[in-house]
Amino acid sequence: MSTTKIFRAAIFLLFTLIGVAGLYFWMQVEFVAAVQIIVYVGGIVVLIIFSIFLTQQSGTEMAKPTMQRRIFSLIAVLCGAGLTGLLICQHTFPNNAADTMDDSVQNIGTQMLDYQDAGFALPFEVISILLLAAMIGAIVIALKSNAEES
Amino acid sequence: MNHITITQILFLSTALFFIGVYGLLTRRNMITMLMAIELILNSVNINFVAFNKYLYPENLDGLFFTIFIIAIAAAEAAVAIAIIINIYRNHRSIDVEDNEEMKY
Repeated sequence: MSTTKIFRAAIFLLFTLIGVAGLYFWMQVEFVAAVQIIVYVGGIVVLIIFSIFLTQQSGTEMAKPTMQRRIFSLIAVLCGAGLTGLLICQHTFPNNAADTMDDSVQNIGTQMLDYQDAGFALPFEVISILLLAAMIGAIVIALKSNAEES
Repeated sequence: MNHITITQILFLSTALFFIGVYGLLTRRNMITMLMAIELILNSVNINFVAFNKYLYPENLDGLFFTIFIIAIAAAEAAVAIAIIINIYRNHRSIDVEDNEEMKY
């Protein structure tokens, strides 16, 4: 049901992420689509592929999950998907599609750096500090064993 | 252009979410579990953008949530892969069943 070759799984993930970016283009939120392609396709998938090269002997296949785990996961997933699908079917959404969303890059930028009521300046700063901390933490974690050896 | 309604987009993101959950439950390799988490985060992003575009087009909150989630996902993937590579150096295996010193 699912592939046992981890590199193929990474390539399938790549195409899924490109498909999601296509969905964003179709919904006419070009900025999010561009961010999706740059960050996910250009960054995260490349990172995942590099980590596969570093941690996996090429050509070895992953062990298949046991039949019991597969069956119970499938039951859980189908129940959850059925329940969610039922809820989506029963709910009627109001139709506001007449309004158009002003998602120009200029508007996004002004609102993101706006520190008035509707602005997102504080989350923006918090995210930038989080990213900085994550990058420093990743470097420190990856370098630790080298420092101990020398 | 709007022949496709929000319901159909929500069905798509539901499918993506539960495919991610299935991967997270069945896989025992840390990198593939990380890929499943990326799928789940992507389905949530689709939901945020769809709700913003179809239900509340007058403001941009969902769009900002999506951008922030993408940023956090990038940070999470970087830290997770650093940890996974470090675990591989120490244990020669990235299977969750082989890494259970902190279990008890």
